[in-house]
Amino acid sequence: MSERYDIVIVGAGPAGLAAAQAAARHGACVALIDAQAEAGGQVWRKDVFHGWPRRARQCIPQVLQHAGVSWLPRTQVVQAGAGELLIQDDKQARYIGYDKLILANGARELLLPFPGWTLPGVTGAGALQALAKQGWPLQGRRIVIAGSGPLLLAAAATAKKHGAKVLGIYEQASAAAIQRFARKLWRWPGKAWQAASLRTQLAGIPYRYGSVVLQASGTDVLQAIDIDGPHGREQLECDHLAVGYGLVPNIELAQMLGCRLKYEGAHACVEVDATQRTSIANVYATGELCGIGGRDTAWIEGSMAGHAAAGADIPHALLQQQRHARHFATALQQTFALAPRIRTLAQAETLICRCEDVPLQALHDHADARSAKLATRCGMGACQGRICGSALAELGHYPRSAPRPPLFPARLATLGTPLSDPQQGLSP
Amino acid sequence: MSDVRVRIHVNGHLLEVPAGISVAAAVARLQLPCRRSVGGQWRAPFCGMGVCFECRMRIDGQAQQRACMTQVRNGMQVSTDE
Amino acid sequence: MKHYDLIIVGAGIIGTACADYASEAGLKVAVVEPGPIGGGATAAAMGHLVAMDEDPAELALAHYSLNLWEAFTAVAQIEYSRCGTLWVASNEGEYARIPEKLARLATAGVQAERIDQRQLYQLEPSLAPGLAGGMLVPREAVVYPPGAARHFLERALARGAVLCRNHVAALIPSGVQLDDQTILAGKVLLASGGALPQLLPQLPMRKRKGHLVITDRYPGKVHHQLLELGYADSAHGDAQSSVAFNVQPRPTGQILIGSSREYGTETADVSMPMVQRMLERTLRFLPGLGQLDALRIWTGFRPVSADGLPYLGRAPGHTDVWVAAGHEGLGITTSLGSARLVIDQLLERPTAIDPRPYDPARVAA
Repeated sequence: MSERYDIVIVGAGPAGLAAAQAAARHGACVALIDAQAEAGGQVWRKDVFHGWPRRARQCIPQVLQHAGVSWLPRTQVVQAGAGELLIQDDKQARYIGYDKLILANGARELLLPFPGWTLPGVTGAGALQALAKQGWPLQGRRIVIAGSGPLLLAAAATAKKHGAKVLGIYEQASAAAIQRFARKLWRWPGKAWQAASLRTQLAGIPYRYGSVVLQASGTDVLQAIDIDGPHGREQLECDHLAVGYGLVPNIELAQMLGCRLKYEGAHACVEVDATQRTSIANVYATGELCGIGGRDTAWIEGSMAGHAAAGADIPHALLQQQRHARHFATALQQTFALAPRIRTLAQAETLICRCEDVPLQALHDHADARSAKLATRCGMGACQGRICGSALAELGHYPRSAPRPPLFPARLATLGTPLSDPQQGLSP
Repeated sequence: MSDVRVRIHVNGHLLEVPAGISVAAAVARLQLPCRRSVGGQWRAPFCGMGVCFECRMRIDGQAQQRACMTQVRNGMQVSTDE
Repeated sequence: MKHYDLIIVGAGIIGTACADYASEAGLKVAVVEPGPIGGGATAAAMGHLVAMDEDPAELALAHYSLNLWEAFTAVAQIEYSRCGTLWVASNEGEYARIPEKLARLATAGVQAERIDQRQLYQLEPSLAPGLAGGMLVPREAVVYPPGAARHFLERALARGAVLCRNHVAALIPSGVQLDDQTILAGKVLLASGGALPQLLPQLPMRKRKGHLVITDRYPGKVHHQLLELGYADSAHGDAQSSVAFNVQPRPTGQILIGSSREYGTETADVSMPMVQRMLERTLRFLPGLGQLDALRIWTGFRPVSADGLPYLGRAPGHTDVWVAAGHEGLGITTSLGSARLVIDQLLERPTAIDPRPYDPARVAA
């Protein structure tokens, strides 16, 4: 293979950037790949109008400009095998070789079905942040944010910064759970400061606990939502509903490589040892892929993987920091665990598979995922079962099966690309 | 960051937008949904990060492109389902 | 012990077609299938209902079966789409051999015509330049095979047939024993495709792996099922691996791409080298497709008999065990005719076509 790297890193969020920095400083020849045009992943996504978040502003260019780092933006991994990846960008596709692989491709939002969730105007909460940062028109729009987790606050702050009118934040966790969590925050002063800062930014915006959006309604577009809270049901008119129920690790690439997974609840994450190595000897995984842990954990574990993949020892301080950061993540997960009623919001006619318009009732007659798929096409659409599959896993149906290539929809010309090394080519 | 403007065409209408925004954001400025589902429902971007494929539209002649993953470029031709 | 007139092992396209016809003939039927209906080779079939003219026995069975398929054109879950078949001639030699193919198809009542270069590009503008012409079979169609299997089974169940979600552990003198020790007594019809040797090791069966690729929705790029005239060389040949140009427009607007053939592997994993070869060939004929997105790739195993023709008849050495298996790449097309052929023999009724070419006993023990 003509294009080879010592270390290929998939994902240029905090974990991938930290890994690239650590590995390149040890002299490794590194490729850093991301499907987006700009580095930063989701949590450090570059805002078209405001640039990168302050913490990322110096470190991202520093990493990308390091002599040992080849930055491959707008590049999608299509298929992964032992020692090689098939990648495609806007124009072409090729195989690249690696000695070590670091998976840092993060998490996506857990988007759960409820009546009206397919209406234009309904998005995820992390989605709202992503859309705002890519220039979505929010000035003067009435937005409700709902679901679960501190992401709701971050999304609200971003929306407000872009001129939206945030009508309220509706958190499904109970007031008691949040207050218990708040009392622990002193252990993570950085987080406590962050929380206080967000409170200030969001002053004046109602923040309700124990509340769930039951349905979204409107003709062709979102017009109103129904919320159920501790004081009963209310209806709100709004232009945009941003609802997200947490994060799900993007394990599909790891699965394709054969990495062992572990389940913490309904969703899998990648199993790693103390050096962030997976069950495949030359493949590492870090950050959200190994369990939802937030930005700090991602940066720390990315560094650890970068050191380890470069053959260096992991600085002891990093191990301590990792423990501390993962404790915070665990506390978060416990606080924001989903109330059971969220899994029963979808009605018989609520679409579960958005790509192929398959309602919940169509799935009832089938005992297993494959039967359901063959009969209804649920999961056979463009999202390759990512949205409906994670939703169904959360709802308690059908575990997800191992993915086949392409990892994401990929051009036929890409899949028709021969391996560049004639010795690895095909017999005639 | 973005005082530079870019001109694109959406469903034949000329639109001037800040450089660097996504095609999804540009189309949203016209308050248009982008896609009809297989059952005929109107859809718009949902996940914002290239996973859900609800934002697919025809960009520069190529169908089924994710608008949230594509930045606007001068002269770009965009068509949504109508 | 439960008694049935006929116990059908396997609920793929063959088993369910047999269940439909047997129950229609008044037999009390049990279908034994542990997995999804139509979940085996049926789920990896292209669903192209096609008459191939190279082998007379294959053509006779296809002709018989294609006429029977006409009864199902309006069934929603079958997704019957009469897009027609367009065989593509890459060179003058292939083009020159078309009239003899037309003649053979005509004897089987299949309406087809030779088309010249100009007509070819009118019918399919996306085809690569430099092709010589082709053969159009306008009334051929494509179906959704798992949907068809489900439909046939539903018809049987509506007539009182039962579905047993079990494996068959063994053939026994009175019938079959299931994996939960239950015994079903009655005549047995093995329609288990590539798994046939598990219960009937005396009939040779090979598994021939194939890959399929399906794209996102791009209506209007391809109008007919397209195959290269050399397709039969791949299908009837015995190479360890081969590919042939074979592309289908689905009613959804997606494009379904085949075909690959491979012996000597039993893993269902996608082989990127095989996919690459198959798509390289596809893009030679349809270069414009390169920019289209593929959503999924999957595999299946065609059951292949000793001589490429299916086994349709009484199992050698048995009185009350029958076989309908080994259809290679023509299972969907010939399912309906196969079902009638076997069950008519079982009921000692006259068969519509000569059953001898498919007699399992033809294979030397």
